[in-house]
Amino acid sequence: MSLYHVQKFLYQLNRDPAVRRQYEQSLDGLLESYELTAEERRAIREPDIGLLYVMGVNGQLLMHYAALRGFEWDAYLEAMREGERRYGPVRTGLYVRAEGSR
Amino acid sequence: MSLVFAGVCSHAPGITGRAERADPVLREGFYANLDRMRAALEAARPEALVIIAAEHFANFFMNNMPALCVGMGEHYEGPIEDEAWLRIKRTRVPGAPDLSRRLITQMMHQVDLAYAEEWKFDHGIMVPLHFLTPRYDVPVIPVNINCQGPPLIPLERCWVFGQALRRACDAAPERIAVVATGGISHWPATPDSGKINEAWDRAFLAKFLANRKQELLAYTDADTHREAGQGGFEVRTFIALAGATEGSTAELWFYAPIPIFAVGCTVAVVKL
Repeated sequence: MSLYHVQKFLYQLNRDPAVRRQYEQSLDGLLESYELTAEERRAIREPDIGLLYVMGVNGQLLMHYAALRGFEWDAYLEAMREGERRYGPVRTGLYVRAEGSR
Repeated sequence: MSLVFAGVCSHAPGITGRAERADPVLREGFYANLDRMRAALEAARPEALVIIAAEHFANFFMNNMPALCVGMGEHYEGPIEDEAWLRIKRTRVPGAPDLSRRLITQMMHQVDLAYAEEWKFDHGIMVPLHFLTPRYDVPVIPVNINCQGPPLIPLERCWVFGQALRRACDAAPERIAVVATGGISHWPATPDSGKINEAWDRAFLAKFLANRKQELLAYTDADTHREAGQGGFEVRTFIALAGATEGSTAELWFYAPIPIFAVGCTVAVVKL
């Protein structure tokens, strides 16, 4: 797991116009700068918003990437729910559900 | 001169970005009280506005995360988000670098602070400014309390920070306003977005409004996370303001859960 690097990519993409330009030119090239697993790279490229959520990506980063990739608000929320159905509960971070909280 | 105004308000991006999807009666009631807060702020004639916020990875990340950071820039820019998404036009906001420097220097006697001469405002500051200083003509001093990436500063240190801020403001000749902005219970940007624990919010607000220090500082992050979601960590902004206004009570001008805004929308003003 390299959740830190997934989140760092999203943080830099959200805030840095130069990174945004690199993203527009070549996402694959840009992703080479980050230490990512194959699963993480796939989740970013597709994008698999639900898997990114289940990996533990903070929503304050993820919601902007979802919007950038064309997800309207309700579609973004649904993609996270679909991620939980497909991949199981959130693996780490703030969104791990306390037992019995749902 | 000390504080001429102190208050709290919500900052969720849906407040502007998803405005038309809210119950119009609740939305207009909330907006009306934000406008009332604007009028009260203007009547106080502040020379600078300190805004105690909880940003969302616009400037600060886990590579170098300050627990507390105060802006010292000549100007700031925001929103960092897509303008169409937030429905707030990108603009430049004046800073107050000389006053910032004096406040930071003074506060450092009591608290360890990071400072920043560059700062891109996200919705956490831009939504409040959009309503409270819509012409962006009041110099702003941003404060960030890390409420996103644990480990987070303990609540009692937020109180101490608030007290340090007050002491520094008391020592400055300028007329200074302070607005804290955060959510109470909420689960923003998650599948549970829109869930709001109104009973928890009202219990917290009662303690905040009465400035009951011990009760405010008795919350634990584990309890808050369970009852009020990860968004509940933003009560740190309320607690810092309560520390800055110790001994003063506050008046609740508006509170209502507005699920599409993902938070119990709040406007409260301290009776200084």
